[in-house]
This record gives sequence, C-alpha cells and structure tokens, in this order.
Amino acid sequence: MTLKNSFKTAIKGLRANKSRSALTILGIIIGITSIILIMSLGKGAQELILNQVRGLGSATIIIEPGREPKGPSDFSAFFTDSLKEREVQALLNPSNVPGLESLSPIVLVSGTVAYQNEVHNFSVVGASELLAQIVNVYPETGQLFSDEQTQDLSAVAVIGYEVKDKLFGESDAIGETIKIKNKAFKVFGVFPKKGQVGMLDVDNTIIIPYTTAQKYLAGVNYYQEIIAKAKTEALVPQTVEDIKITLRNLHNITDPAKDDFHVVTQEDIAQRVGMVTSILTIFLSAIAAISLVVGGIGIMNIMLVSVTERTREIGLRKALGATTKNILTQFLLESVILTLLGGVIGILLGIFFSFVSALILSKVVGSGWQFAISIQAILLGLGVSAFVGLVFGLYPAQQASKKSPIEALRYE
Amino acid sequence: MPLIEVHNLEKIYSEGETKTRALCGVSFDVEAGEFVAVMGPSGSGKSTLLHILGFLDRQTKGSYLFDGKELNEYTDNEVARVRNEKMGFVFQSFNLLARTSVLENVKLPLLYSTTPQSKWETLAKKAIDQVGLSHRLNHLTSQLSGGEKQRVAIARALINEPKIIFADEPTGNLDSKSGSGVMEIIGDLNNQGHTIILITHETYTAQYAQRIITLRDGEIESDHKVDQRRAGKENFIK
Repeated sequence: MTLKNSFKTAIKGLRANKSRSALTILGIIIGITSIILIMSLGKGAQELILNQVRGLGSATIIIEPGREPKGPSDFSAFFTDSLKEREVQALLNPSNVPGLESLSPIVLVSGTVAYQNEVHNFSVVGASELLAQIVNVYPETGQLFSDEQTQDLSAVAVIGYEVKDKLFGESDAIGETIKIKNKAFKVFGVFPKKGQVGMLDVDNTIIIPYTTAQKYLAGVNYYQEIIAKAKTEALVPQTVEDIKITLRNLHNITDPAKDDFHVVTQEDIAQRVGMVTSILTIFLSAIAAISLVVGGIGIMNIMLVSVTERTREIGLRKALGATTKNILTQFLLESVILTLLGGVIGILLGIFFSFVSALILSKVVGSGWQFAISIQAILLGLGVSAFVGLVFGLYPAQQASKKSPIEALRYE
Repeated sequence: MPLIEVHNLEKIYSEGETKTRALCGVSFDVEAGEFVAVMGPSGSGKSTLLHILGFLDRQTKGSYLFDGKELNEYTDNEVARVRNEKMGFVFQSFNLLARTSVLENVKLPLLYSTTPQSKWETLAKKAIDQVGLSHRLNHLTSQLSGGEKQRVAIARALINEPKIIFADEPTGNLDSKSGSGVMEIIGDLNNQGHTIILITHETYTAQYAQRIITLRDGEIESDHKVDQRRAGKENFIK
C-alpha cells in the first residue's frame, strides 16, 4: 500500500466524522495558537526593549557603585557611596581615560512635583548639562541649564513632554516655577516627545543640575551612577578598561574581585535584556505546551473511541488483505493528520492574533512595537503538533492493528 | 493437486479453564473449480472451519494445505497477502464501508494489493458489471437494497481474481427473492470456474453446490454430491 493511498484512506476516515474531528483538534489549535502568540509577543517585547537600549547609543558606558551584582536579588552592593566628585574629576582627566568624550553624574530623587494645584509623581534626575549630549535629547522649547548654573546649585529644571502636559496642559511652561519636594525650581526647557531612551523615560522625567539634587533634594554627597560616552564605538572596550584602572588606582584596589564599582556597556545591557526576555518566553511557552498535552490526550481518547467504533471496518480490511502494519499506519496517519491540521490552523490563528496584538500594542507603547514572527516558531509549531499526533496516536493505532479479524468481524 | 487439503483439523478455544473443541478432527479435500456447501446447525463448527480455511484463524492441531502449502508455514504478512490475492470473502452482514460509493467499496481490496493504481478503475467496473450493478456505480452503499449490497460484496470478493471465494451465509440477511438473485450470481461464478465454499444452514441454498459437507459437533457427519443441483433461474424458496 503506497503512502499516498494511506493518506487518502486516513483522510476519508477523518471526513466520515467531520465535526468530531474538528472538535478533537481544538485543544491542539489552542495550544499552538498560544505558543505562536507568546513567542511573537516575546520577540516583540525583546525587540522593543533592545531598541530602547540601543537608543542609548552604542558608545554609552554606565559606571555604577558597588561590585557587579551576582544575581537579580543581590542589592547589597548597590547602596555604596564609592562614586563622588573625586572620581568624576579623575575620569575627566584625559591622561587617565583618553577615549572618554563626556560624562554626567546621575543623582536620582523621588518625591512629588507640584505646579499650582497639580501634584504628580515624576522621576527627577540630577545630571549635568552633558546628559543631553550623551542621550541625544535636547529641549524643544527653552534651553538646557548651563555648566555655571550647575556649579552655582541653581534651582532650574528641564521637563519632559508628559510632565509639561500634565502640569501645564496647553499653557506655556518656560519661566514658570514648579515645586519639587517643596523646593521651587524654574522651568528652563521642555524636551520633545521622545519615549524611552535606555533606562530613562524622558517624557516623564525632570532633569535638574546634579549638584542641586544632591544638596537640596537627596541630601547625599555621592552619585547613583555616572553615565559616560566614548569618543567612538570602537573605543568602548579600551575606555571601559581605562575607567576601571583609573578608579582602582584611585581607590587603591589591586584585586579586581574587590572592585567597589562596576562598568556596564550598552552591549552588556542588551545581552541581559535578551536573556531575560528569552527565559520569560520559554517559560510562558512551556505553560502553553501544557494545553498541547491536554489536547494530545483528547486526540488519544477520540482515536480510541474511533478504533472501537470501527472494529468491524478493521476486521473487514484485514480479511481483505490489510496487514497489521497497514492498519497501524492508517490510524497513526489519522491522528498525525488531525494534529498537523490543528497545528496549521493554530499557526495561522497565532499569526493573526500576534498581528492584532502588535497593532494594539503599537498604539499603547508607541511605534516601537513591531509585529515579529519567526520561522523557528512556525517550524516548532508544526513539529510539535506532528509529534503530539505520533505520540498520542500510537497507542490507539496499536490497539487497532492488534485486533483479530474474526473477533473484529463478529463485533456488533 | 487439490486446492484445499484438510487433514485431522482440530480447533480448541480456551477461555481460562474452559476448553471448547469447535473442530475435532475434520478431513476433506476441495479441488479447484468445486462448489462446496458446508452445512450444519449452529455450534457445529462450520464458522470455525470457514475462518481457518479463509486464513482468518489458525488451527490448533492437524494440517491444512492451501495451494500446496501448510497454513502454519505462512507468516502473518503472507497470510494477509494470500487473503488479498487468492481469496474472496462474502459475509452475511455484507460488511460494506458506510458513506462510501459502490465503486470505492469494490476497489477496497486493491488498496492492499500490488495491482498498479491505473488499472483499479477498469477492474472495479468490470467486477461491478459482473454482478449487474453498473447503474449503481456511484451510489452510496446506504442507498442500496440488501440484495444489491450483497452483490457489491460479491464484486468486491471478485476483484483480485481469487482462486477461491468464501461465502458465509450470504443469503442470511436477505429476502428469498434477493437471496436467489445472489445465489444465481454465485452459481454463475462457479460455472465460470471459480472455486466456492459456501457456509449455510438452508438446504435450499446448499443445493446450488455440487457437494454438501454436513458438520455436527465439530465432526463431519456426511459428505456427499448433490444429485439435483439447483442452478440458473429456478424458483428460490426458503
């Protein structure tokens, strides 16, 4: 019996029970659809975050206090005061770090921001005016504060697009006074709508001089972070090395394992993000795979019913010359065709829902969300569905093929 | 050489402690071209005999040579092949595939044969023509009368040009008119040279055969030639 005829026979068998066949593969359809959807959303999220990270610019280098965290819950090293003005001055010395183009200390402040009756929470970032150059965001209206204003501890602020919208609405913000933690700041500039740049949500951020932030708002004399930029992307590795050597010399550290700071590049962040989203995608897909197991059991159940129902047919086929293998192939093919069909429908539905989700998400998170579907996801969907058919179809098919023709023909 | 040589055939069914002897030492030969009816009351072992003769079951003891070769020397795959190529089966309950056309039903044995697919259509149409159902070619089997269904089954049994046709109570589910129609076709097939083994408990049906073997309690009670053989268009009375 040729494979083509086995296929035809199997399809005829399935057609005889169309609605049952359709209901049987629902489990597979749902399983494959969710896997495709999850993989697509995971990929979309990964692309989105990676694009934001890349928005930092490939030459960006971030210096953080404390040793490199050993795991996601290793916070202990974060809260140290190893980065201060002295470190900044050492790094700015061209003989120490020749590849460095510019840097800005970062001081993070939390607290309410008020203008007249409007009170909101925004992130307030203390930085130097060079931050604008590093992250490549400049005020649309007004201007940045100057280096002198930073040295003078001026109470001035440049606000993000959403901040302006929420506090001032349509009216002009430049020159107005806002209160951050009850201290008055004069609005100097407004950033254009920019979205996420690296870890910075520019639209919801207020930038003030880091000196002012340290003294009046945070009450600290250290920095949470120093953001720096190498002259070119090619200079990044050398610059990272130079930064490490400079800080170690400054802190009298001989053993790199005892570093009280760590340096992260844009590439490092991208890798970490990629890993996290991949793990998340795999984890969610594994949950979706449970529905495939349930679907597979459904297939096995229906195939067993079908085998019992068609006992006479099996007996007849054997009497007419079908071998054990012929019968096994026929029933195995029936279940594989069922699950493959479910797989194909699931893939199509998955692509459809991914596309719709991408449309909705791109409205929610901005144009950064791209519809992404990978060939691997499709091949995986097909492979998994065929595999489910084989695994869960084998037992019923064996039951069918083992039937003795006389017993089967006698069956009422 | 006889087509079928049965010697001291025994069949014992064991179910737990209980052993049922369905056949207790049956011996006979069937020559090619013969038309043999096997008769006997229910429980006499005639169905068991048919199953063994038709390669659907194996004997417990004794020998059965089909076409010169002992049944027990055939492997399971060879047994399937012999059933496919050398034997045709007609059952009391027709055993046609539901929701399937006459043509497809008749083609069914070809699916498991080595006959090239290009010849299937012609062969099936020829067999259907032989049983006089050419006008029903594309009808579904559920649209046919009992007699027509059995004729489809006969066409299906014929399609691989078998050496022998086994008919197990072929008229059992039919009214006398359709029954006689079916028996006439079987008689004609014998006249064309086909070997036929017919299982029946109706004397009238048995008299279409050349020879009647009567079984009782798993043994041959009588084995004799039919003097006044029924054939052709005689009135069929049940």
